[in-house]
Amino acid sequence: MMSSNTAASSSGGAGSADSSAPRRISKRPKYSKFTQQELPACKPILTPRWVISAFLLVSIIFIPIGVASLFASRDVVELVDEYETVCIPPANRTDKVKYIQTSTDNTCNRSITVTKKMKQPIYVYYQLDNFYQNHRRYVKSRNDAQLKNGNSDDISSCKPEDNLSNGSAIVPIVPCGLIAWSLFNDTYKFSRNNLPLTVNKKDISWKSDREHKFGKDVYPKNFQNGTLKGGASLNESIPLSKQEDLIVWMRTAALPTFRKLYGRIEVDLEENETIQVILENNYNTYSFNGKKKLVLSTTSWLGGRNDFLGIAYLTVGGLSFFLALSFTVVYLVKPRRLGDPSYLSWNRNPGGR
Amino acid sequence: MKRYVCINDDESSHDLYCDNRISNRKYTLLNFLPKNLWEQFSRFMNQYFLLIACLQLWPLITPVNPASTWGPLIFIFAVSATKEAWDDYNRYLSDKKANEKEVWVVRQGIRKLVQAQDVHVGNIVWIRENDEVPCDLVLIGTSDPQGVCYIETAALDGETDLKTRVIPSACVGIDYELLHKIKGVIECPSADKDIRRFDGNVRLFPPFLDNDVCPLTIKNTILQSCYLRNTEWACGVAVYTGNETKLGMSRGIPEPKLTAMDAMIDKLTGAIFVFQIVVVIVLGIAGNVWKDTEARKQWYVEYPKEGPWFELLVIPLRFELLCSIMIPISIKVSLDLVKSLYAKFIDWDNQMIDQESGTPAHATNTAISEDLGQVEYILTDKTGTLTENKMIFRRCCINGVFYGNESGDALKDVELLDAVSSGSPDVIRFLTVMAICNTVIPIRSKSGDILYKAQSQDEDALVRAAARLHMIFVNKNANILEIKFNASTIQYEVLETLEFTSDRKRMSVVVKDCQNGKIFLLTKGADESILPHACAGQQTRAVIEAVEHYAQLGLRTLCLAWRELREDEYREWSLLFKEASSTLVDREWRIADVCQRLEHDLEILGVTAIEDRLQDGVPETIETLRKAGINFWMLTGDKQNTAIQIALSCNFISPEPKGQLLSIDGKTKDEVRTSLERVLLTMRITVSEPKDVAFVVDGWALEIALTYYRKAFTELAILSRTAICCRVTPSQKAQLVELLRSCDYRILAIGDGGNDVRMIQQADIGVGISGREGLQAARAADYSIGKFRFLKRLILVHGRYSYNRTAFLSQYSFYKSLLICFIQIFFSFISGVSGTSLFNSVSLMAYNVFYTSIPVLVSVLDKDLSEETVMQHPQILFYCQAGRLLNPSTFAGWFGRSLFHAIVVFVISIHAYAYEKSEMEEVSMVALSGCIWLQAFVVTLETNSITILQYIAIWGNLVAFYVINWIFSALPSSGMYTIMFRLCRQPSYWTTVFLIVGAGMGPILALKYFRYTYRPSKINILQQAERMGGPILSIGSIEPQARSLEKDVSPLSITQPKNRNPVFEPLLSDSPNTRRSFGSGTPFDFFQSQSRLSLSYTRNCKNN
Repeated sequence: MMSSNTAASSSGGAGSADSSAPRRISKRPKYSKFTQQELPACKPILTPRWVISAFLLVSIIFIPIGVASLFASRDVVELVDEYETVCIPPANRTDKVKYIQTSTDNTCNRSITVTKKMKQPIYVYYQLDNFYQNHRRYVKSRNDAQLKNGNSDDISSCKPEDNLSNGSAIVPIVPCGLIAWSLFNDTYKFSRNNLPLTVNKKDISWKSDREHKFGKDVYPKNFQNGTLKGGASLNESIPLSKQEDLIVWMRTAALPTFRKLYGRIEVDLEENETIQVILENNYNTYSFNGKKKLVLSTTSWLGGRNDFLGIAYLTVGGLSFFLALSFTVVYLVKPRRLGDPSYLSWNRNPGGR
Repeated sequence: MKRYVCINDDESSHDLYCDNRISNRKYTLLNFLPKNLWEQFSRFMNQYFLLIACLQLWPLITPVNPASTWGPLIFIFAVSATKEAWDDYNRYLSDKKANEKEVWVVRQGIRKLVQAQDVHVGNIVWIRENDEVPCDLVLIGTSDPQGVCYIETAALDGETDLKTRVIPSACVGIDYELLHKIKGVIECPSADKDIRRFDGNVRLFPPFLDNDVCPLTIKNTILQSCYLRNTEWACGVAVYTGNETKLGMSRGIPEPKLTAMDAMIDKLTGAIFVFQIVVVIVLGIAGNVWKDTEARKQWYVEYPKEGPWFELLVIPLRFELLCSIMIPISIKVSLDLVKSLYAKFIDWDNQMIDQESGTPAHATNTAISEDLGQVEYILTDKTGTLTENKMIFRRCCINGVFYGNESGDALKDVELLDAVSSGSPDVIRFLTVMAICNTVIPIRSKSGDILYKAQSQDEDALVRAAARLHMIFVNKNANILEIKFNASTIQYEVLETLEFTSDRKRMSVVVKDCQNGKIFLLTKGADESILPHACAGQQTRAVIEAVEHYAQLGLRTLCLAWRELREDEYREWSLLFKEASSTLVDREWRIADVCQRLEHDLEILGVTAIEDRLQDGVPETIETLRKAGINFWMLTGDKQNTAIQIALSCNFISPEPKGQLLSIDGKTKDEVRTSLERVLLTMRITVSEPKDVAFVVDGWALEIALTYYRKAFTELAILSRTAICCRVTPSQKAQLVELLRSCDYRILAIGDGGNDVRMIQQADIGVGISGREGLQAARAADYSIGKFRFLKRLILVHGRYSYNRTAFLSQYSFYKSLLICFIQIFFSFISGVSGTSLFNSVSLMAYNVFYTSIPVLVSVLDKDLSEETVMQHPQILFYCQAGRLLNPSTFAGWFGRSLFHAIVVFVISIHAYAYEKSEMEEVSMVALSGCIWLQAFVVTLETNSITILQYIAIWGNLVAFYVINWIFSALPSSGMYTIMFRLCRQPSYWTTVFLIVGAGMGPILALKYFRYTYRPSKINILQQAERMGGPILSIGSIEPQARSLEKDVSPLSITQPKNRNPVFEPLLSDSPNTRRSFGSGTPFDFFQSQSRLSLSYTRNCKNN
């Protein structure tokens, strides 16, 4: 049906377009490969060989990466101690909220056994579960200009922790907003064999935050002086840029379960050592059933202990390998010629016009 | 309301009516902004975006900076407004040109040249021959002593024949000089747009006439935009001016055409909108529930106990804003951009340049290229469209002797040349009629050649042929014609010209031989109008045979005849004719009647056969396009026989036994009904068969069918793939387009002349051929091409590519918007259903407008199949016609893909960046990077041919993403400060991104490969064939086809349908077996079985 005739005529037309002299050259569009849509193009097609090798390649790359990251993750020694329940005297456990709000001495002793040798630096994190730092009301409740310059002109975004009515005058809170107001205030003191372990709390925040986001001459003011007390108080004589716990806290987490750096232990911990932790259990997670955990962790090139990447890489690599294999099998068992015109239905009828 | 026009009064009525300034402008400088904004906001999408943007100004609910919507919105509005302004400026320029054209107007009794815009109602306007009429005039004088003038009204109603207009009786006989001083009052109705009606009266003031009121009709007017022809001058009183003319009242900016694809995109947008509302409602309820159950416990959020009254609405509105990006704001702009590029590609196409005239193709309407790929019906004109409209005298039959039968060219026939040189009286008379029975005017050019200026191409062909046969029409001086035959010069005096009208179908001249004073009547015309008037006893059988023979060859025939008149007979008749010419009532009919009295007892000299050659490549083009599943209808004003022959010779219909032609005819309602029913019955029987069944209908029967049997005719139209409609008027052409459109078909109308303008404007796509009949059709059309054969390229290459590209672009736009939106929705489930945006404002804005738009814009360069492959397998167009590449199910595929990718990106980023790494800005950038990387791979995978530009756009865009984010990360004031540097240094970032790509693209690639290899679409197969270098030619291509032109001209007598029979119905007597044996496969059974039937199932099933 498709005759060489048509093909010849169309190509003939093209040929004559090139050869014959144009009469009115001015009217002619300028010839270029772009305007004629004739730019040389790479036209890949999905041949079995290409696809199978692509999947093989993916599995060859992904499986080693998966193994490597799994090893990296497993190398990390991580000690997790969940303490929000155990740190409440058993008598008070029926009404934990009341206890945390009324009790004056919340000291709690915990001991953690090191399961494996931990090389310094050992990062100390606190982990909160079910804490929505990403809640819209919460995440917006801050004022970056105030943190940087102490300028409290427009801090309406900080509502409801923006201003404080101090008698008759209304004074701004610095730092304002719910985030700062709810600053985590549990504290940890570590000791090993009755010798205190120093926790270095310097440089736990991002350098860029200290230098550019939090002002060197902005001092906390009217903070935590309201009727409703949130979290930690701040030392009013230390500028915000030095309040590293606050800076860390103000980097809001995207997930309701998150860890924040508390400090670093800069000595190695040996296996089976026991570490005593004296912690002040101040922070109220009880009203929303949040968990609090103390985490000691070393680090690897991938970060902390997280098997997800390794497993995911192995899964994707494995699946690719499986796909490559099955495509090969299918290809060998039931080969199919690509581009067979007999598959064109208008060719299928023998003797069709 | 009446209007009183004081003729030639310089003072009054100036202020009463508008001046003659034409204004097609939509806007003025002052109202541009409000009016344009108003118009833009009348579109649903824009209202939606405006609402979203306004909601974003409310800080309580906005998840992101309002600039992220306002920015793109203002940009988009600016783009549209600029385009409108530009168009309007061009309209202003063309108006200005028309307004500043100079015309002669009487001012203070003196003729002056003034600008057209300064013509006022009541002014006397003078026009010369071939001038355009500047406003609606009532005639008061012409150069013709009878007060007649000729005008061409093609711009008004599309009819190309000349129309006569006469001055009102009151003005008859007024001196040329006095016309300047004429005074009077014209009473006429207020301006309307009826171009066929004008009821007024005129009263001239003394001294011109007594106080009689003289009635005026449309016959006494010449309307704006007509041309004065064949009349030296005419003058008239302006009655309607400027935008109040008949044309101005009916003029309007044509409704923008909406492509089927736009409609589908709108539909899908609507679906997404509904989906969005559902999501918003569900999330809003969930959010409020969560707030009341959980958030109150989260002390750090400090939810107030009592909220304001609208508290319940806050969370749903936040989600509405968060989900508003589901509908991509950039899609309209992207589509507009790529559509203008499609149009540019058409303009630029070197292969669509007409070599003869050097005219390139041009897309006037830049918005409807996709529709070209979805054409289902092509309605084509014949003369000038399929044929060259270059009449060539081919054969003749003089006194029963056939000339030119062997060579196909009578001018080279030795016998004829011998007869001419030997001076055979029959031949000489024949040649004389050819040479002088016409209205041709010879013009001697400077080089000494004689150029003929003819109104009709046929006359031109005859005069030229006569000249080639040594009967040279040399000069026309007033009424004296000069003919050179061999060496001698013969002079004739033209006594009368009996005009051609479409009713009479013949024209005659009465000439006096200046040498011997004999008076002759020379006549030429259609056979049916000449033969009845032949003198008794003459053998007309040979003539009938000749006519029939020629008609079968697709030649246009004219019978030539003559009669010698007696002096007294002429004198007597001449008086009658003069009287008839000067009557005012029913003049045309009276003249026809008088002419009839002279045109009898004719001696028939012979028959001429003129060939209107098919354009190059017409049969191939039709063949190819029909294989592409496009149905062809031919609408022509020509004779049925000629139409059928042309149809046969250009593969329009197949000869027996493969094809069959059914005829609908009849003069009365009943006859038409019976005929229609019979044809319909046959059609229903054969619809499942591979036979090419076509029907033929003439204008008269069509009129009856359309008026009384519209339903049956519609059904017939649906069933029939081919139809020939002959003797149809321009309005009938338009009616047919309307009929097919009402059946939901995509119609392309192609034509070249003024009579096709209405059809072209009515159709979904109008294509004009910039041909010999002028540029009218080309101007009114959406596309203009130089030759019919370019239609193939226009549809198969440009239309198809445009469709494919837009299909990809639009769905991809939704895909990427949905992707980011789904991530936001998922994120809301881990952020307490509070409507927090994971992404920051800058990223969101840049994502939609920049990061994802650039790579996809270069998809306008994508070619799924090479042009050659498409041309060889036109059937592939079916995918476009049936809308296989953009429909709810393909859209569902993209929807699923975006959902899958959103899950991949979201799950991987929140798990890889968990615990101590779960910093908000970092997670957001990881997710965004994941999206951008996936985009790049998706575009690459979906691009069929990757040129350097695509490489640059896709991967350059990825690089740009990083560069832009590094820049933002370097600005201390931005929220993203240092984030991107930090991420890029982390190995975990890169491993995460690669994981996202691997996990996201693996299944897509596997699925695509599986489909591509084991469930390939026809497009895939051709791609494979084309790129593997395999045999592209289909196996079914053995059958010889495409008869050459020469073959067409040779007699096809046996296989021709015997269309002379009034009722043609051999099919009913055919046994089913014989019919089935004619090949069970047609290229279309694929379409028939799979799609067309399912597409038009509801339409067709009732017939089966």
